[in-house]
Amino acid sequence: MSRSATAGTPRSGGRPWTFYVLLAVFILYVIGLYAPMISIYILSFQDVRGGLVFPMKGLSLHWFVDLFTQVRTGDVKGSFDRSIRLAVLVTVLTVVISFLAGMAFRRRYFGDTAVFYLMIGSLVVPGLVLGLGIGLTFNFLGMRPSWYTSALGAQLSCTLPFGVLIMFAVMSRFNTAWEEASRDLGASPLQTVWLVILPILLPGLVAVALFGFTLSYDEFARTLQTAGTLNTLPLEIWSMTLNVTSPALYALGTVTTIVSFVTIGLALGSIVMIQRRRAQRIKNEA
Amino acid sequence: MTMQTTSSGRGAIELAGVVKSYDGGETTAVDGINLKIPDGAYCCVLGPSGCGKSTILRMIAGHEDPTHGEILIGGENVVGLPPVKRRTAMMFQSYALFPHLNVRDNIAYALRVRGMSRSERYRRAEEMMATVQLGEFAERLPGQLSGGQQQRVALARAAITEPRVLLLDEPLSALDEHLRIQMRTELATMQKNLGITFVHVTHTQMEAIALADLVVVMERGKIKQAGPAREVYIAPRDRYVAEFMGGQNVLRGKVRTINGVRATMVGRGEEPIEVAFDGRHRLEKDETIEIAVRRDDIELLRPEKGKVPAGKAAVSSRIVGIEYQGNFVKVMLDATDDVAFIAFVPERRFFQDPMKVGEVVYAAWDVEHAHLMIEP
Repeated sequence: MSRSATAGTPRSGGRPWTFYVLLAVFILYVIGLYAPMISIYILSFQDVRGGLVFPMKGLSLHWFVDLFTQVRTGDVKGSFDRSIRLAVLVTVLTVVISFLAGMAFRRRYFGDTAVFYLMIGSLVVPGLVLGLGIGLTFNFLGMRPSWYTSALGAQLSCTLPFGVLIMFAVMSRFNTAWEEASRDLGASPLQTVWLVILPILLPGLVAVALFGFTLSYDEFARTLQTAGTLNTLPLEIWSMTLNVTSPALYALGTVTTIVSFVTIGLALGSIVMIQRRRAQRIKNEA
Repeated sequence: MTMQTTSSGRGAIELAGVVKSYDGGETTAVDGINLKIPDGAYCCVLGPSGCGKSTILRMIAGHEDPTHGEILIGGENVVGLPPVKRRTAMMFQSYALFPHLNVRDNIAYALRVRGMSRSERYRRAEEMMATVQLGEFAERLPGQLSGGQQQRVALARAAITEPRVLLLDEPLSALDEHLRIQMRTELATMQKNLGITFVHVTHTQMEAIALADLVVVMERGKIKQAGPAREVYIAPRDRYVAEFMGGQNVLRGKVRTINGVRATMVGRGEEPIEVAFDGRHRLEKDETIEIAVRRDDIELLRPEKGKVPAGKAAVSSRIVGIEYQGNFVKVMLDATDDVAFIAFVPERRFFQDPMKVGEVVYAAWDVEHAHLMIEP
């Protein structure tokens, strides 16, 4: 008892040795997590002599230009375009359906457990297998797979369960008395949704949207067999790794990372903006 | 629908044979309630959690429908009508203020959903905020208000609809002790100013007797006793009501002798206890009866100072605990087996001649002051 107590308490002039062990583990973890990514970002800024490994050869934006102008690197612009559209579509559907499901699951209904497990089931099935199954089904039905039909469905099979699970967490903090109070004060069900439920759940819905967007934007396994003839960005990157051997590949990695960060920044920024504006309004008028 | 003279006031409420059961009758929350609340009354429904009191409130409010029975407000059956049509308003437990709307918008909400213009509804909200002294907090969000201020917002939000009945679900339970007493007074003032019927659900008997014109004590979905606060307090119908209202000791015994309007019963000890009863009771020998004796009616006498005076009944018992309470001293005795038998002795009197734990004393009271309960 007394030994373990002294091990954890800081002695005069220093921290316990356990602190340094944990610090070392943490630093190794961070290096393992970020060093590979950062290497790619750095290597993408080489000049025309650049190769796939260190050391850096020169410093320029050559490979970024190359990425969008050279045909041999693949259809980056087209696939990027498709990925963004698909991600927006997935986001909208995920937010709407997760919201409705979250509302529905607040009450018990016949077969609710079965519906829940069916939904979670699609997370358990390996994405590649699920994508293959969807692709086969489309073939069987004589339909042509494409990014806005089969790939959309395949991606929803993973964003929806996540979205609904987030909504469960959000809903658990939602006080049903707010709805009742709204009804008590004479609001119609639609007015209650619009004036009370949606505004209160807004931060949660932004989180669902963010999740849906980022999951879709770099989804690979489920999309591989379902995208049809036109590639999404992750598929394009994958095929590039097979036949492109220039830092253009790294440039693409840098660009896509920037897009992801911009998206997250916009989402978080909008939440901060809403809160600032509310606070400002209070300050101004008080 | 025929108008009944007894309950035709606009805010009069009448419950007739109201039953609420769930799961196809497996559990019954409210089990056949009949109750009349006059227009403009302050009614407190009192009972432990799970006794069905909140369900009654929610049925009057229109948030739940009774399984059987009728609910009349102003003489008109309102079962199936939404809250707005009933002209009721509810103040929810912990208030349920909309967290994303400021005080003004919370109060103006009911007017907003009715499609009233912004300027008009803000003008009305402004008036309402002035009445409940919230003017300076108009821009605050509920999370930035104290408990007492939140309660006022909730009250204002409900009152702006000009209801004929205000339903309050444990309105003071979210407040700390000190504030609770202060807001209790505010509720009473508000009710007088608005002049509408208040139905207030609580599990705190202090709240009920301080506020209510009509106290309704409930147990397991049934009304045990309903009446003016003082009547329920001094003349509880049975042990349950006596113990729930507090301030009473209940003694149980068998009738030994009957003589006119006096009888004697024998309780745990062999000593006979004198009991007064009036024409409402018909006692029989060997019948089991229960009497309630107020804690502040009990006088403690030392046996060595002679016999119990005439007109008083007494039990001999041992002091098991003494607690100083400031204005009185709480003395616990072992006169009953299960719950403590308690005497509230005025502070000055106790300290003239203090007693000690372990002493055997007579706990005596005026025979006329003990209350013979109807249902043993």
